[in-house]
Amino acid sequence: MDFGALFGSLDNFLSFTMGGLVFGAIYALIALGYTMVYGVLQLINFAHSEVFMYGTFAVAWVFIALHGTGSATWSLGHAIPYLLVALIAAMLLSAGVALLLERLAYRPLINKGAPKLIALISAIGASFALAEAMGLRDRIASWVGLDGKLANYVAPNKARDVFSNPVSIQPHGLFEIGGYKVTDVDLVIVVAALVMMVALDQFVRRTRFGRGIRAVAQDPESAALMGVNSTRVVQLTFLIGGLMAGAAATLYMMKIGSTRQNAGFLLGVKAFTAAVMGGIGNLRGALLGGLILGVMENWGSAVFGSEWKDVVAFILLVLILLVRPSGLLGESLGKARA
Amino acid sequence: MIRFSKSARMLAVVAAAGLALSSCGSDNKSDNASSGSSGGSELCGKNLAFLGALTGDAGALGQNMVGGIELALKEYNDKHADCQIGLKKFDSQGSPDTAPGLATQIVNDDTIFGLIGPGFSGESLATGKTFFEAGLPSISPSATNVTITQQGWTTWHRVIGNDDAQGAADAQYLTDNGAAKVYVVDDGQDYSKGLAGKVTDTLGDAVVGTDQISVGQTDMSAVVTKVNAAKADAVFYGGYYTEAGLLAKALRQGGFKGTFMSGDGSEDPNFVKVAGAQAAEGAVLSAPAGPPPADFGATGLYATQSYDAANIFLAALDDGASTGEEINTFIGSYTADGVSGPIEFDENGDITQSKIYAYFVKNGELDVENPQAIS
Repeated sequence: MDFGALFGSLDNFLSFTMGGLVFGAIYALIALGYTMVYGVLQLINFAHSEVFMYGTFAVAWVFIALHGTGSATWSLGHAIPYLLVALIAAMLLSAGVALLLERLAYRPLINKGAPKLIALISAIGASFALAEAMGLRDRIASWVGLDGKLANYVAPNKARDVFSNPVSIQPHGLFEIGGYKVTDVDLVIVVAALVMMVALDQFVRRTRFGRGIRAVAQDPESAALMGVNSTRVVQLTFLIGGLMAGAAATLYMMKIGSTRQNAGFLLGVKAFTAAVMGGIGNLRGALLGGLILGVMENWGSAVFGSEWKDVVAFILLVLILLVRPSGLLGESLGKARA
Repeated sequence: MIRFSKSARMLAVVAAAGLALSSCGSDNKSDNASSGSSGGSELCGKNLAFLGALTGDAGALGQNMVGGIELALKEYNDKHADCQIGLKKFDSQGSPDTAPGLATQIVNDDTIFGLIGPGFSGESLATGKTFFEAGLPSISPSATNVTITQQGWTTWHRVIGNDDAQGAADAQYLTDNGAAKVYVVDDGQDYSKGLAGKVTDTLGDAVVGTDQISVGQTDMSAVVTKVNAAKADAVFYGGYYTEAGLLAKALRQGGFKGTFMSGDGSEDPNFVKVAGAQAAEGAVLSAPAGPPPADFGATGLYATQSYDAANIFLAALDDGASTGEEINTFIGSYTADGVSGPIEFDENGDITQSKIYAYFVKNGELDVENPQAIS
C-alpha cells in the first residue's frame, strides 16, 4: 500500500480525483439505462452494456463513412460536426438495439407473466448474443453479400479485434486544477453528462410520459387500471436508456477512441455497480454512484496499484450493500417523487 | 489414469510403427541421398500440425505463421512429387483453455508426426506436458515465455528468442538512449510479467516505479498521474497492443514527453490505430524477429520463424528420421542458417542465438521494414 502516492501531494490527489470524475461521468450515463429499466420493470437489464457497445461502433462507423480509414489527429473543435453526426447515429443505433431487445428478449416473457428471474436469464443470454453478433460482423456481412462493400467497417478476418476510430481527438488543456490539466474533452464529457442527467430528471418529473413512467414504476396494476399503456411505457424506458447509452458511447469514443465486441462488459458491470451504489431505480443516484465509483477507483489505483482498480470498485459495492442495501439515495423512480 | 494409459498407448503405437518400419526407412535413406527424393520415407503422405490462433484477437498472427509453414511445405512438395506432406491446422484462438482439447486430438492423430506451435506462451504451458508424454516433437515459432523451456519437456523447442533475451535487450536499449528514470507497467499476464520483470531487473535503480493494469482496462488516468509524479523519462509496457495503445495515448495526452517502449505483444500496426498517429509517434516496439527478406513468399511477424520451423521437420524427414524420438534427436542436433537467423538449440530447446529488433513508429505508421538490431 502506498498512501504517499495519493496523499503525498495535493497535486497528485487532485489529479487522481479529476481523472476519476471524468470516467465516472461516463459510468453515470450508462447507469441511467440500468436504473430506469429496474425502476419500471424491477428487472436488471444486463444486456444494456451491449446497447452501449453498439453505440461505440456507430461512432467509429460514422467517422469512417465521413472521413475514411486513414488515421488522423484532430482537435475537438475540428471534430465537432463529425461528433454531432456520430452522437445522433450512436443514439439511434443504441436505442434501436434497446427496443429490439425489449421486443425479443423481454416482452414475450413479461406478457406470459414469467418470473423476473427468467427475464434476468434472458438478459444475460441476450447480452452474450449481442456481443458475439458484433464479434462475427465480418461473417454476417458476408452472409448478406456485403463483405466487400463493408470491409472498412468489419475489419475482415479480425472482426473480434480492437476496432479504432480513425480520427483520434487530441484534447487541449484549458486550465489546471492542482497538477491536473483539465482538457476540453474532459470538460465536454462532464458537462454533457450533467446536462443529460438534468434533462432526463426533468423529463421524468414534468412531462406526461414521465408521469406514466413513474406511475408504472410505483404500481403497474393501478397504472394499467388508470389507462396507462404499460407496454408503451416500458418501450419508452428502453428507448431513453438506449439514447443515453448512445450518448455515453460518443463521449467514451471521444476519450478512448477504440472499442471491441466485448467493450461493454466491464463498463456495464461498473455502471451497474454505480446504479446500485446510488440506489437502483433512482436517476440522481446513478449520477452520484457513477462519480463516486470513478473517483474511488482512481484512489484505489493510487494506493494499491492499478491492478486493484476493479477490486476496489466491487468491494465498495459489497460494503454499500451491507451497510445500506437500498443504495446511497434509496430506490425512488416511482416513490420519492411521485 | 485415463490420460496416462492413452499416452502410453500412443507411445507404444509410435514405437511399434518405428520399429516395424525402421528397416525400410534406413534402406531408402541411401537412395534418397542420391536421388534427392525421400519417396520411400514412411512419413510421406503424413502431416505436420499447426496449433495456434487462427481466429480471435490474435488470429492475424496465426495466419502469418500458417503462411510461413505453407510456403515451406509448398517448396518441399514441389520438389518431392512422390512424398507429399500435408498440414493440419488446429485453431486454439490463442486460448490456454481451448488448446488442451486440441492437443489431445493432435496426439491421437497418428497421421501427425510433428507440431509447429503452439503459438503463444499460455497455450504452450497448458499443452506441453501432453505433447511430451506422447513423444510428439514440437517447434514453436513464437512462444517466448521463459518458463516453458524450464519444464523438462524435451520434445519442446522454439526458434525465437525468449522474453529474458528480449527484456534484457529492451532495458539496454533504453539505457543506451539516455533513459535515466523508467516507469515499468504490465498487464499481469504470464508473458507480460515475464518481460516487464526482466526489464525491471536489468534496469535496477533506473526504475522509478512499477504498476500493473488489467487486460481490458481502458481508463489509464491513474497510471498517467503516477508516471508524471515519478518524473519518468521513459515508460516500458509489457503486454499487448490494445492496452499499450491506450496507455501511450493517455500518457501523451497527459503531457508525458519521454520514450514509450513496449515488446513484441505490441508490435502490431493496430498499436498505432489504437493510440492514434500523434500519440504513437516515436514509440519503440521490440520483437525477437526481423522482417522477412525481400521476395519472401509469406508476410507478417513470425512468418519466417514458422517457415524455418517447418523446414527443420522436413530436413529431419529427408535425414531419414521417422519416429518422434528420431525427429526429436535430429532437432536437438540441427544447425543451419534459417531465414529468421542462425538456428541451433540448447539442451532446453531454446534457440542459442536470439536476435532482438527495435521497431519504430514513424510518420504515423509502424515501420516494419527498417528495424534496428538491438542484440
